[in-house]
Amino acid sequence: MSESRNAILGKLRAGRDAHPLTPPESDFAVLRNKRWDGAERLERIKRMMEAVHTEFLETTEADWPTDVQAFLKAQGTRNLLFGPATEAGGRLSAEWAEGGPELIPYADRVETFKERLFDGIDAGITTTLGAIADTGSLIVWPTPEEPRLMSLVPHMHLALLRADALYDTFWQAMTENRWADGMPTNALLISGPSKTADIEQTLAYGVHGPKRLVVVVIR
Amino acid sequence: MGESSINFAKASSAALQDQQLRGNFRRAMDGLMSKRAVQFADTAEWNGVRALGASVRLRALSKLPELLEKLEANCTKNGIQVHWASTTDEANAIVLSIMQRVNAKLVVKGKSMVSEEMHLNAFLEKRGIECLESDLGEYIVQLDEAMPSHIIMPAIHMNTKQIAHLFKQKIKEAEYTEDVAQLTDLARRVLRKKFATADVGISGVNMAVAETGTLCLVENEGNGRMSTTVPPVHIAVMGLEKVVEKLEDVPPVISLLTRSATAQPITTYVNMISSPRKAGEKDGPDEIHLVILDNGRSGIYADEELRNTLRCIRCGACMNHCPVYTKVGGHAYQAPYPGPIGSILMPQVEGLEKRGELPHACTMCNACVEICPVKIPIVEIMGRLRSEAVHPGDAVRGAGSHASKAEAMVWKGWSMTYASPLAYQFATALLAKLGNAAPASLPLLKEWTNVRAKPRFANRTLHALAREKGIPDV
Repeated sequence: MSESRNAILGKLRAGRDAHPLTPPESDFAVLRNKRWDGAERLERIKRMMEAVHTEFLETTEADWPTDVQAFLKAQGTRNLLFGPATEAGGRLSAEWAEGGPELIPYADRVETFKERLFDGIDAGITTTLGAIADTGSLIVWPTPEEPRLMSLVPHMHLALLRADALYDTFWQAMTENRWADGMPTNALLISGPSKTADIEQTLAYGVHGPKRLVVVVIR
Repeated sequence: MGESSINFAKASSAALQDQQLRGNFRRAMDGLMSKRAVQFADTAEWNGVRALGASVRLRALSKLPELLEKLEANCTKNGIQVHWASTTDEANAIVLSIMQRVNAKLVVKGKSMVSEEMHLNAFLEKRGIECLESDLGEYIVQLDEAMPSHIIMPAIHMNTKQIAHLFKQKIKEAEYTEDVAQLTDLARRVLRKKFATADVGISGVNMAVAETGTLCLVENEGNGRMSTTVPPVHIAVMGLEKVVEKLEDVPPVISLLTRSATAQPITTYVNMISSPRKAGEKDGPDEIHLVILDNGRSGIYADEELRNTLRCIRCGACMNHCPVYTKVGGHAYQAPYPGPIGSILMPQVEGLEKRGELPHACTMCNACVEICPVKIPIVEIMGRLRSEAVHPGDAVRGAGSHASKAEAMVWKGWSMTYASPLAYQFATALLAKLGNAAPASLPLLKEWTNVRAKPRFANRTLHALAREKGIPDV
């Protein structure tokens, strides 16, 4: 271990031991008490996310692949990046009708198709682990089957949200599901399309990440 | 004052003459303040989450050495390589050695205040490595060859017209436009190419979780995710105070941070990174390095009162609410961290010889203390540093460097006069007779009179008037 490491830790320890600090209790009640009823949660999520330009597409378990295809066709989307090895990906391949936007599988390491990913992909679709009412956020854990860049590089990100996978707060989602026992390589909250206000506080969408975020609500 | 000291008074006086700059700041800060107030309109909720946030930060500080060791152990277990740097020189050298090993030519950077503290861009560019800021505000400031003027909104000092001219002048394919959406889209096109080809991505860290070895980054643009996902190597730099104990400590701090900073309930992205690319994963960096920087922080930590500076979560709300910052803007401070937090942090990091003027860039109005989401007693620390600057000691580097014999004599004389009724009567009688004859250009008096009218002494003292009314002296 480095000299600096030991010097820094030594100095911190001496400083702290000379003047120990007793912190106040952490009372999480303020987060625990944030609650919304079932229907209210989704309404709130929609309201908050729409306020930052997120779009919503309502569909059902049976129809979502068809509805997604029809939506993309109407938007003039040329292609859709998807994870072929997920259950949702299986449904998409099986139920994708002829003549719609081209389905492009994210099947290999990014190095094999980086150029196309950055230049030639219009939309990407991923699943989510649910959404959070407090802040209007989607929970996304990328996996080997659904890599990280799918929700970032394509100009449009479609996110599948099951209408029963809703939480009150970020804190509730992480404590109830015991995230601390094992975090994935990357865990994300996504609360809208990419945006910036760096030019004179004027909001503009789609600066580096997706220009559009479409939440596909499956009931 | 030492030769190398930074002249805040001169820089702020120049800034005050710049009507354009003052207008830009006034508009921006007014908007930020009113939007933030809406976010915290529920006072009970604000009090609750603020107390929780402060407790999270204090708990982390109470176990700081242990938590850093735990963070290191868990990051290492997850495959993140941890480096320690006592100084910014050392941190730069660590970053450079990683770059050289992978033969990096192009670096994309997400927003990082610590890298500003390190002057990392200039350091790498001198060594032939292109270092591109990818946060739109930072990108604008970099094109302009300037420094950020706010820790959250780096280009807040410029208006759209100024940025439009800058883009036209500096970006080859740019057409002149004042349309913000078009300007943003231009930056998108330029930077996408860079993300796709960069050898290394550099980011800061908003919070590092000891319990899980997780680096948390919040952002709106997606450049942070790009910088930490696309290049094969990711280097994260953090000040050693950024650690929190548990994963569940993250939500309250993020809530306070995003609402205080930009009045958003949450940023577009909350990016939690716990490991490099694992076997079977198709993207993400193969290597992640975490550089933990001290740069004076362990010294700050040793002092019971000054230690509170390290609670800071870098939301920038203190700037937005500061009557001094909003008038003079960020550049007058000539520091990576301007405003109230900069005025207490910079003197402690870089020493009072160089930064001793900054604690005086404060009216002690307490506005920053009232809105600080983690309750840092900024004004008390400001007063403490003013005192440290004129009294030799070991708590802060450069303590006593601003001591002045003349000032000490004036105070001594004042205290002697006030300790003796006879001396006091004599002195006040003398000033009543002769005080008005003192020229406004007298040293010390000049500090006051060069921008204000000279105060006039009354012909008769208050004591004399009281005696006439039959009120005895004692």
